[in-house]
Amino acid sequence: MTSIPTQHDHQPSPGDPSAPGWKRYVAASHFRSAADEFDACKLGFWLFLATEVLLFAGLFCAYAIFRMMYPEAFAAGSHSLDVKWGGLNTVVLLISSYTVASSIRCAMLDKRFWLHVNLIITLVCAAAFVVIKFTFEYGPKWAEGKRPGVLFDYPLWSHPQEPIWWSVYYCATGIHALHVIIGACLLAWCLYRSVRHKAYGPTHYTMLENSGLYWHLVDLIWIFLFPLLYLIH
Amino acid sequence: MSTIPATHDAAHGHHDEGSYLTPRGPFLSTVVAWATTIDHKKIGVMYLVAVLTMFFLGGVAAMAVRAELWTPNRYVEQVQPDGTTQTVLQGDLLGKLFKADGLGAANNIYNRVFTLHGAIMVFMVIVPGVPASLGNFFLPIMLGAKDVAFPRLNLLSWYIYVTGSIFAVLSIILGGVDTGWTFYTPYSSTHAAGHWNVVFMILGAFILGFSSILTGLNFIVTTHKLRCPGMGWFDMPLFIWAIYSTSIIAVLATPVIGITLLLLIFERLFHVGIFDPAMGGDPVLFQHFFWFYSHPVVYVMILPGMGIISELIAVHCRKPIFGYRAVAFASLGIAAVSFIVWGHHMFASMGELASAVFSFLTFLVAIPTAVKVFNWIATLYKGSIAINTPMLYAMAFLFLFSIGGLTGLPLGALATDLHLHDSYFVVAHFHYVMMGGTIIAFVGGLHHWWPKMFGRMYNEKWAMLGCALVFIGFNVTFFTQFFLGTQGMPRRYASYVDEFQFLHQVSTVGSWFLLLGFLVHLGTFIHSLVAGPKAPPNPWGGLTLEWETESPPIEHNFHHEPILKHGPYDYDTTVPPHYDPADYPLDTSTPPHRSGH
Repeated sequence: MTSIPTQHDHQPSPGDPSAPGWKRYVAASHFRSAADEFDACKLGFWLFLATEVLLFAGLFCAYAIFRMMYPEAFAAGSHSLDVKWGGLNTVVLLISSYTVASSIRCAMLDKRFWLHVNLIITLVCAAAFVVIKFTFEYGPKWAEGKRPGVLFDYPLWSHPQEPIWWSVYYCATGIHALHVIIGACLLAWCLYRSVRHKAYGPTHYTMLENSGLYWHLVDLIWIFLFPLLYLIH
Repeated sequence: MSTIPATHDAAHGHHDEGSYLTPRGPFLSTVVAWATTIDHKKIGVMYLVAVLTMFFLGGVAAMAVRAELWTPNRYVEQVQPDGTTQTVLQGDLLGKLFKADGLGAANNIYNRVFTLHGAIMVFMVIVPGVPASLGNFFLPIMLGAKDVAFPRLNLLSWYIYVTGSIFAVLSIILGGVDTGWTFYTPYSSTHAAGHWNVVFMILGAFILGFSSILTGLNFIVTTHKLRCPGMGWFDMPLFIWAIYSTSIIAVLATPVIGITLLLLIFERLFHVGIFDPAMGGDPVLFQHFFWFYSHPVVYVMILPGMGIISELIAVHCRKPIFGYRAVAFASLGIAAVSFIVWGHHMFASMGELASAVFSFLTFLVAIPTAVKVFNWIATLYKGSIAINTPMLYAMAFLFLFSIGGLTGLPLGALATDLHLHDSYFVVAHFHYVMMGGTIIAFVGGLHHWWPKMFGRMYNEKWAMLGCALVFIGFNVTFFTQFFLGTQGMPRRYASYVDEFQFLHQVSTVGSWFLLLGFLVHLGTFIHSLVAGPKAPPNPWGGLTLEWETESPPIEHNFHHEPILKHGPYDYDTTVPPHYDPADYPLDTSTPPHRSGH
């Protein structure tokens, strides 16, 4: 097995204009080496991901409490969601998680073309997720009057606390959708930097890896949201 | 000197060795340079200015609250010159000032003023105060680093802080908020006066949370990754341990208030009903969320203060800190326990079993806290105590914080809490901890590090006078409130019965002394900046790394990357940097004590 270089083997060549961006990259001067900077960025990003998990923890907690208080309202609300679209979005996100991981692998192996292809597939998946969410899920539901809180206006409701269910549904999926959009912006920025500056290669891909981690988190949260919202009785 | 130049440092190639305060170019470009700086020292100073500005605003509100309480707000029958009696409104100082119509309106203005005081002091002064200003400035230097791990993120945190503060001030300009700083639902989500006032205030607190998270994250990574060669975890100054523990709490607790406030904004704007009992929502859920953040954040407020006190006591009595590891682990212990005690804010809204469990858990906090206090006192024992402003503040802290901590116990115990809950006893207790603890430590730390930060000494006599005024004023203001509380004076009321008037007036007079003390400090600091004598690099004989560099520090903190050769408090074995060994006989009568080695 041949060992591929990692970020810890980064040897910057800042003076060489013909070298790709990742080779010319120089660590910030307050770090002892590029390897130290990479480790610091990764630690920082994992901490940030922890804060994101805790942010959603509040929503999951609210979900648990209201489901315990109003199980019928939650069952009724959940039944009016379309498992097909939810399932399709789950598949879309799982595919995108695979491609984003592949794009990082391609950066490590210095395959820039496939790095770009993978990132583009990821972005297409992100767009598909958002389009499905808004046009096939939020749109029709909202039009039917299945809205959060006082906006709820669905004549055929089966439980008086259904508005609470829709509040939890819209808050949780809405904040998640916002994260999908933020994650897509990060990956689009990575794609731009890679196309324009050849910014990521075997010994420097910090930004790409962290954006990928963020994307996995977005995926992970959906993996929990999907069964909790769509698959309950 | 205990450091030797590190050879590989040449790679970093810094050419500019001037002080970080030296202006570069004309006025305008200096301003731009500060506004776009990524130097942790400048950002620390910018935070200091911003925090002190908010402290001033919150202080004005506090003075207004105390002035209003000089007389109770109420209607009285008054005999007119023509012999008839007429009902007139009396004692509504703020009501008259803002031309309120009637008792209800006057009381409402009082509600807004104390909310303003609480929200500003908690979210904009005490939470970010010490870590963002002194922490930002000294954490990298004490670790021997050139900067925090993510300097641009650090600058971003400052701008986020300012943006959040602007929203809060906007809310005040629109008329203020009368919810109290706790924003309890459903009042805050439905009834509270002023729709956008409430939204902006909550949005302000939400935005400020991001500043806390990013600063905390930055400090954790810096502590892990940027310690200078030779510095293990147990060679770190205790201030760093405190800031590190604080950062862990800030990073883990703040996201929860983030989602809570976000849901509260949704609640207010769209009436989603999650916290609204009228729609089947659960207001107690809001309280759980709120205190799951806001109780740990109480230790975000106090831990940095404790860190400062560890430095002040060790340096100014020139003795190895007693039980270094115990103090360090106590910081982490407080951080850990902080997450499991939030229920004690809600004894009234929980079942008996849950209340009893939370009451018991609350007592656990007393253990690591007491460990710290006993260790500080043991450090003072047989130390060569210097009587100066930082030391006076350290002693004031020990006195006030002990009262604050011990009065927390009757509040944590279920039976006594029933009587004391939501009374002035609570007000007095948390002011003894928050102000007598955090603010006192902050001001003490500011004096301790002032020569390092700005390169000028301050006038010791005037500063000690200010300290005395603050100490006396504080006790007169707040000790009386313990009596008011036990006698039954509830918090958050502008009206009270005559029996309480004397103590209220004593308390108000105390607040004037407190104000005077802070004005003396302000004058001393301004005088120091303008005409203070130049500070030597190590005026107090400290051993931690910030005393090795110049006062004020050079742009890159150190001429060469330091290599640590001694523990932070090895006063018995080490001659402090910039001191001549011939003038500094080490005390060899006690066996060498290597803290943490």
